[in-house]
Amino acid sequence: MIPLLEFDALRVTLPGPRGTRRTVIHRVDLALAPGSAVGLVGESGSGKSLTARSVLGLLPPGARVDGDVRFDGASVPAMRPPELRALRRGGAAMVFQDPRAHINPLRTVGDFLTEALVSVRGLTRAAADARATALLDEVHVADAARRLRQRPAELSGGLLQRVMIAAALAAEPRLLLADEPTTALDVTTQAEVMAVIDEARRRHGLTLLFITHDLALAAAVCDRAAVLYAGTLAEELPAHRLATGATHPYTRALLAARPDPTVPGAKLRAIEGRPLPADEAGPGCPFAPRCARATGTCRTERPEPRPSGDGRAACHHPVPLEGSAP
Amino acid sequence: MKPLLEVEQLVKHYGAHTAVDGVDLRLMPGQALAVVGESGSGKTTTARLVTGLETSDAGRITLGGAPPPGPRARRAERLAHARRVQLVFQDPYTSLDPRQKIGDAVAEVLALHGPLRGAALEARRDELLTRVGLDARQAGSRPRALSGGQRQRAAIARALAVEPDLLVLDEAVAALDVSVQAQIVDLLARIREQRPIAYLFITHDLGIVPFLCEDVVVMRGGRIVESGRSRDVLTAPRDPYTRALVDSVPRPGWKPARQPARQPARQPERKAVTP
Repeated sequence: MIPLLEFDALRVTLPGPRGTRRTVIHRVDLALAPGSAVGLVGESGSGKSLTARSVLGLLPPGARVDGDVRFDGASVPAMRPPELRALRRGGAAMVFQDPRAHINPLRTVGDFLTEALVSVRGLTRAAADARATALLDEVHVADAARRLRQRPAELSGGLLQRVMIAAALAAEPRLLLADEPTTALDVTTQAEVMAVIDEARRRHGLTLLFITHDLALAAAVCDRAAVLYAGTLAEELPAHRLATGATHPYTRALLAARPDPTVPGAKLRAIEGRPLPADEAGPGCPFAPRCARATGTCRTERPEPRPSGDGRAACHHPVPLEGSAP
Repeated sequence: MKPLLEVEQLVKHYGAHTAVDGVDLRLMPGQALAVVGESGSGKTTTARLVTGLETSDAGRITLGGAPPPGPRARRAERLAHARRVQLVFQDPYTSLDPRQKIGDAVAEVLALHGPLRGAALEARRDELLTRVGLDARQAGSRPRALSGGQRQRAAIARALAVEPDLLVLDEAVAALDVSVQAQIVDLLARIREQRPIAYLFITHDLGIVPFLCEDVVVMRGGRIVESGRSRDVLTAPRDPYTRALVDSVPRPGWKPARQPARQPARQPERKAVTP
């Protein structure tokens, strides 16, 4: 099966000071089958957001892309402006962390939702209004008719994020990119918004790339999870295997840093150091300076992703799983 | 043993809005109590009232036998209060001057509150920086040159300089990366093992509470809806809102659910239970 979205040895550099180049993504190889949901998990500097933005050609000015990002077989970096516009208007839609930064505060929710329906899809005003109401119903916004007349400032963060999801669905995309869509929300609102995203993607058979720092959240709504560290794919595995099947020491460290608080006696374990920005990574494994398992090889040779259980891990010394031979 | 902090029927209005609506708290010396709530729950206002950054409209706060200094309090009263309670914010930029070297930020507090001067003061400054996991050589760094975790460590070092009885931590780990958040929670836990200090840990994140605090109160709409041992509240919440909060914490095997319409914020029949 041809993946709907494929990162093929993606490497991104940005202009640095005095003519240098700063590497923000070293190498990401990842394929999303049509209808699948993949969680891209990482901390600051991991390159997770830039990886998502590369799909829509939304990288910062001066960015240079090596390798490839293919949407439905077509190379995004090779797309010309009309093709890119078509991709952003129909193929792939994005939901961002801060909805208020992506909506005009002076115009109504109704204007925001119907604009593209009228100008791009050619719907009549009345048909666009009806469609906008149906979209708000679909993301479980009560009292849709009143909401359409309101301005963004009158809506809570959770409601506004549902409006953004409705706007993304309006384009009838095949791919939904969600970049930390709930990070700014209260935890009960987060659960509701994630439930709405999960329901919508199942109903429409959407492919989902979900960017998050929260492994448990990724595991809850995704089929597979990909863990990024310093611009490199550290591990990729089925989401339901995260808690028990991760073999990369960094994935294990992330899990140990957020134990299940409802399990009596659970202990939180911290690793030293801070997440390494991609451009500070040396020639070896970027996680080696923080890794208890690191050896000399780790500091000099960058590990290639290798099959590990039903996933792959880029590690010279993966953690053996319980019950398996070391 | 007498409580370190007693809060009785605390009320704070902002115009027509009641941010804190009859809160009772009791904190024993060396106890770590989490105050958990979502936006608008009144948790941060409660913290600001306890630290004396705001003045309450009704109710009583007693910290180490004295109320927080009012707006017209004398300097000596303010300094005495500062030696009892220190505050660490979510963003250390709020408490650290970006132009000031972090060593100087710590030394300034030491000089203001204690007799140490010269080499003895510098030695104490370096000891504090080391205690929070910084390198004494970082004393000459400005906040901008440090990572988020290191800045938060510096803010904690400065707060510890007066050897306070109570540290109020207002979303002190919320802005940090997951792996760094664990380090700071770990650091705070170890500080408490070394010397008796009480924590009032203000957070929206119920998921980290049991790893730092043995007790928790859950706030909503300016009121306490449930209180108890952290493990008990997380494993067997009694209040429907607390249950909704616990059910919203992502964890292995968890699925997000659209919650049924929640109870209204005000539940006047529930009385706060002090741990």
